[in-house]
Amino acid sequence: MHHFLKALVSAVALCAVTGLSPAAAVTLNLHNGGDATSLDPQRVSGDWENRIVGDIFEGLVTEDAKARPIPGMARDWTISDDGLTYTFNLKEGIKWSDGEPVKASDFVFAFKRLMDPEQAAQYAYLQYPIKNAEAINTGKMDDLDALGVKAIDDRTVEITLERPTPYYLSALLHYTAYPLPEHVLKEKGDAWVQIGNIVTNGPYRPVEWVPGSHVLTEKNPEWSDPESLDIDGVKFFTLEDQSAALRRYRAGEFDILTGFPTDQYKWLQENRPGEARVEPFAGLYYYVLNTSRPPLDKADVRKALSMAVYREIIGPNVLGTGELPAFSWVPPGIGNYESGPAYVEWKDMAYPQRVEEAKRLLAEAGHGPDNPLKLTLSYNTDDNHKRIAVAVAAMWKPLGVDVELTNAETKVHYANLRQGTFEVGRAGWLADYDDPTNFLDLLKSGIEMNYGRWTNPEYDALLNKAAEMQNLEERAATLVKAETIALEDSAAIPIYYYVSRNVVSPQISGFEDNIKDIHRTRWLAKTE
Amino acid sequence: MIAFAVRRLLTTIPVLLIAITACFFILRLAPGGPFDQERALPPEVMANLRAYYHLDDPLIYQYLRYLGRLVQFDLGPSFVTKDFSVARQIAIGLPYTLILGGAAFLVAVVGGVAAGIYGALYQNRIPDYGIAGIVMIGLVVPNFLIAPILQLVFGVELGWLPVGGWGNGSPYYLTLPVIVLALPHVARISRLMRGSMIETLNANFIKTARAKGIGRRRIILRHALRPALTPVVSYLGPAAGYLLTGSIVVEQIFGIPGIGRYFINAALNRDYGMVLGTVIFYMALIVLLNLLVDLAYAWLDPKVRTR
Amino acid sequence: MSMTLDKRAALQRFIPDAGDGPAGAPRSLTSDAMRRFRSNRVAMVSLFVLCFIIAAAIVGPWFIPYDYETPDWSAFTSPPSFETGHYFGTDQNGRDLLARTLHGTRVSLLVALIATVVSVCVGVLYGATAGYLGGRVDSTMMRFVDVMYALPYILFVILLMVMFGRNVVLLFAAIGLLEWLTMARIVRGQTLSLKHMEFVEAARAAGVSTFPIILRHIVPNLVGPVVIYATLTIPEIVVTESFLSYLSFGVQEPLTSLGTLISAGADVIGVADWLLFFPGGVLVTLLLAFAFVGDGLRDAFDPKDR
Repeated sequence: MHHFLKALVSAVALCAVTGLSPAAAVTLNLHNGGDATSLDPQRVSGDWENRIVGDIFEGLVTEDAKARPIPGMARDWTISDDGLTYTFNLKEGIKWSDGEPVKASDFVFAFKRLMDPEQAAQYAYLQYPIKNAEAINTGKMDDLDALGVKAIDDRTVEITLERPTPYYLSALLHYTAYPLPEHVLKEKGDAWVQIGNIVTNGPYRPVEWVPGSHVLTEKNPEWSDPESLDIDGVKFFTLEDQSAALRRYRAGEFDILTGFPTDQYKWLQENRPGEARVEPFAGLYYYVLNTSRPPLDKADVRKALSMAVYREIIGPNVLGTGELPAFSWVPPGIGNYESGPAYVEWKDMAYPQRVEEAKRLLAEAGHGPDNPLKLTLSYNTDDNHKRIAVAVAAMWKPLGVDVELTNAETKVHYANLRQGTFEVGRAGWLADYDDPTNFLDLLKSGIEMNYGRWTNPEYDALLNKAAEMQNLEERAATLVKAETIALEDSAAIPIYYYVSRNVVSPQISGFEDNIKDIHRTRWLAKTE
Repeated sequence: MIAFAVRRLLTTIPVLLIAITACFFILRLAPGGPFDQERALPPEVMANLRAYYHLDDPLIYQYLRYLGRLVQFDLGPSFVTKDFSVARQIAIGLPYTLILGGAAFLVAVVGGVAAGIYGALYQNRIPDYGIAGIVMIGLVVPNFLIAPILQLVFGVELGWLPVGGWGNGSPYYLTLPVIVLALPHVARISRLMRGSMIETLNANFIKTARAKGIGRRRIILRHALRPALTPVVSYLGPAAGYLLTGSIVVEQIFGIPGIGRYFINAALNRDYGMVLGTVIFYMALIVLLNLLVDLAYAWLDPKVRTR
Repeated sequence: MSMTLDKRAALQRFIPDAGDGPAGAPRSLTSDAMRRFRSNRVAMVSLFVLCFIIAAAIVGPWFIPYDYETPDWSAFTSPPSFETGHYFGTDQNGRDLLARTLHGTRVSLLVALIATVVSVCVGVLYGATAGYLGGRVDSTMMRFVDVMYALPYILFVILLMVMFGRNVVLLFAAIGLLEWLTMARIVRGQTLSLKHMEFVEAARAAGVSTFPIILRHIVPNLVGPVVIYATLTIPEIVVTESFLSYLSFGVQEPLTSLGTLISAGADVIGVADWLLFFPGGVLVTLLLAFAFVGDGLRDAFDPKDR
C-alpha cells in the first residue's frame, strides 16, 4: 500500500510537470497508434513499439534513412567464407546513457537472455539462425553458454550461425538483437526497464511514460554523435482512434501520423497535397484456408475461391488507398529474391473469365447453385477487414458460395486461427527481415503460424534444400519453385500487398519512404 | 452518522467479493487469452509465459491466490503492460480520471442546477424552450458523436481549443472533454431541478415569503434552493458512477490516460489482473461516492436522518 | 440512463410504500389514462412518429429496390441520388444506405426488445419472490438490489461483451439481466400490498398456493408500469448498443444496427456526411420520440394524480 501511495503522489506531481519542456527544444509529436507494452526490446512485438525501442537502443547494425543496414554499434565486421561466423568490431567510445561503456559482453548477455526459456521472449525465434538458439529457447538444451554468441574481448562480438543465412545482417537490425545494459539488469532485475532505472545506448533515451498517453524521449548525451540530431526529443502518442488522430494532426498537434482512415485519403490528397504518403510495404494481406477439413481440403475448391476474388477493385474502390492486388505469396521487392516472386498462372486472365473458370471448378467439386458451398469467413474486428470480408463474400456469392461472416477481437481471432477452429480466416504478414523465406516459412509443415495446416512434402523439401544453399541465385530459383507449388495448390488466398499509410507534416524533412516503413528519428528534422 | 457510514461500508464487502468473483470467472471463460496475438508464439514460449504468470495452475488456485494477494493490497502484475504493476498503472491513471470526472461532476451540477432554476423561472417561455432544446441534444446524441463534432468545430476549424491531449491539465485542455462528459448529466440534472423548483415555488411557505415582500433572488437562494435540491442530490450518486465509467469513450477520443481507457484495453487484451484491478477501483470509488451522497441527502432532508 | 431522467426516479411513484393500503382493484389501461394521454399533443405526435419508424423498419425493406447486403459494384461511397435509386447514398461497400438504415433500426429495436423482455421477466420474478417471502429474505434481497444499483453498469456490459462477443442475442439477453432492478422494486411493492388481502387469504385457506395467485393478480396491475418501463428501457438499450458498436462490438456483418451505422458514420464526417446524417437522424428521432411518449405515459398513469 505504501508503494501505491508513493506512486499516487508521484503521478500527481507528474501531471503537473507534463507538457513543460524548454522552449527551444524541438519535439517531434508522433502519433504512434497503440500503447507500448514495454520498453524492453525483448518484450515487445508491435511496429509502434519498434518505433520507440529503435530510437532508444542501437544494435550492431542499424538503419539508415531508407532503412538499409549501416554500421551501428559495430564499426565493421567480417563474415567467414563458409558464411557461418560473423565477427563484429565495436566502435570506440560507445557508451550507455549512464556513461558506462557498451561492451561486447552486453551483446552476449542480451542474446542469452533472449533465448532463456524462462524469459519467454515472444520474438526469440527471429534469432534462431544463431547456433543452438532454437534448442535452448525450446528447452531441448539446458546450457545457455552453448549459444553461438561470444565476446572475444570487450570490443569484439562473434556470432556463429547454425547454417549459412544470407539475410542474417537484416535480422540483426531487428530489436531482438539489441544489446542490454548487463550492469543495470544485474542490479535492478525486472525493474531495470522503469523510467529512472532504464539505461539505453541509442540516440535517444526515455524520460517519461504515461500509459495510455505517451512516451517521451530526449537526446542521449552519451550517444556517439548527439550533435547530429536535429530533433531533441520525441513524444510518441498513444491514440488508437485514427480519426481522432487525424483531427489532432489537422489542428497541428501531431507532426506525423503513422496511419489514417482510408476514407480520408481523397480528402487529404485534395486539401493537404503531398502530406499523405501511401507507399508499398513489405507485407501481404491474405485469407488463410483451413485445409485440414472439408471442403477446403480440395485444391480445386480453394483455387476457385481464390480466382473469384476480384483483387483489382479492393485497393482502389473498397479501401480507396490503391493497394496493389496480390497474385504471389512473396511481395515483390523483397531482397535475395531477384528472380521472384512466382505468380499464379491465371494472373492476367480477365475477371469474368476467372469467375467462369471458378464456377467450373466448383461444379466439378460438386458445388453449385443447387448445392451451395457454405463457408464461414472470420476476421478480427477492424473497419478495413470488415469491408474486405463483405466484398469478398459478395464476390463469392455468384459461385453459389454462402458465406457467413464472423468477426472477433484480435485475441479471440488469433486464438481461433491457432486452434484451427475456422474455415476461412483473415491474416496478414509483415516482413521481419528482408528475405523471401520470411514469407515462405509461413506455409511450412508444423509451423505454428501455418494456420491453414497446408502441407506439401515437396514444398518443405525445397525450403530445406534452399536453407543449405550458399549461392544466392540458386537459392532464389529453388524458392521460386517452392512458391510456385504453393500457388498452384492454392495454399491460401493472397489478396493485396500492404501499403504504409503515413501523413507527414511539411515541417518534417528527412522522412524517406521505404518498403520497411521504418523512419528513425535521427534522420528527421523539423522546422518550426 | 458514523455508525451508519461504517455499516454501509461493511455491507458492501460481500457485494464487492461477488463482483470480483464474477469478474474473475467471466474473464477466464471468455475466449482468447493475454498471449494470443497476430504472430503465434511457439508452443514452448507460450507454455513458459503461462507458467511465468501462473496461468497454468487450476483456476480455483489462481482465484484463491488472487484473493490472498488482494487482502494484502497487492493487485499483481499486468500481463500486457509488462513494465508496470496493476497498482502502479492505476496510480498513474487515477488522477486523470478523477480530475476529468470531478470537473465534469462540478460542471454537471452547477450547470444543471443553474439551467434548471432558469428554466423554472421562465417556465414555458423562450429561455425555457432554449434550455429544453440543448437538454434534448445532450440526452439523445451519443457522446462518441458529440466529441468528434466539437473537436472539428472548436479545435480544427476555429482553432480555439486543443483537439486532444491532456497538456498540463489546464482548463484549456480540459474544456472539450469535460463538456462532452458532462453534457448528458447537465441535461438530466436541469430537468430534475426544473421540475422540483417549480413544485417548490408553488409551495405555501414560498408563497408566504413572497407575500412578505422578500425579493425574488433571496427567496430562491435562501428558501427554495435547499428543498428543491433534494431530488437532484439523490441523482448525484448514480451520476457520479456514470461520470466515472462514462469517461471510457472520452478518454479514448481525446487521448487522455485514465483507468477507463486502461479498463477497456485490458478487457480487450485479456489482461486479467488489470481488468480486476480497475473494476475493484471503480467499485470502491462508486461505493464511496454513494455513501457521500447519502450523507448529503441526510443533511438536506431531515426525514431521512431520523429514519 | 433513461432519456428524461434516472429510471429509478421516473418509476418511483409506481412503487407502493409498504405502509400503503391495499392496492384495490387491479389497475389496467384505464380509459381515464388513455384520455389523458391522448390530450397530450407532444406525446401523441411522438407516438405517431414512433409508430411510423417501427412500421418503416418492419415493412420498409420490401418497398425499396436494394437489399441491405448486396454491393452495387458501380457505386462505392456514393452520395444520395435519385437517379440511381440510392436515396440515402451507399456505404464503402456499395450497399444501399436506406436499406441498411431500415434494417439497422429493426435490429436495434429487436435487441432492445430482447433485453427489455428479459429484464421485465427477471424483475417480476425477483420482486414477487422477495415480496412473497417477506421478512429477512425480503430485506436481504432488496438490499442486494440497492447495492446492484451502485455497481458500474457499463463495466459489466463490457465484460459481458467480452464473453458473448460473437452472439448478439445472448449479449443483449445478458444485458437484460443487469437491468431488472427497477422492475423488481415495483413488483415487490405490489406483492407486499396484495399478500394480505382477503381474497388471497381465502384462496390460501382453500388450499391454493399463494405464489400463483400473487402472480396472477400482480400482472394486470403492472401494465402501466411495464409500458412506461419499456419506453424508458428500450431507448436506453439502443444507446448501450450504439456505445458497444463504437467499441466495435456491434452485430455481425452483414447485419447492421443504428449504433454500428452511426459509429461508422462518425469516422467520415466531412468526407461522406450522408453516412452519419441519415442513421444519426433516425436514431435521434427515435430516442426523442421514446422520451416524449415515456413522459406522456408517466403523466397519464401517475397514480398520485388519480
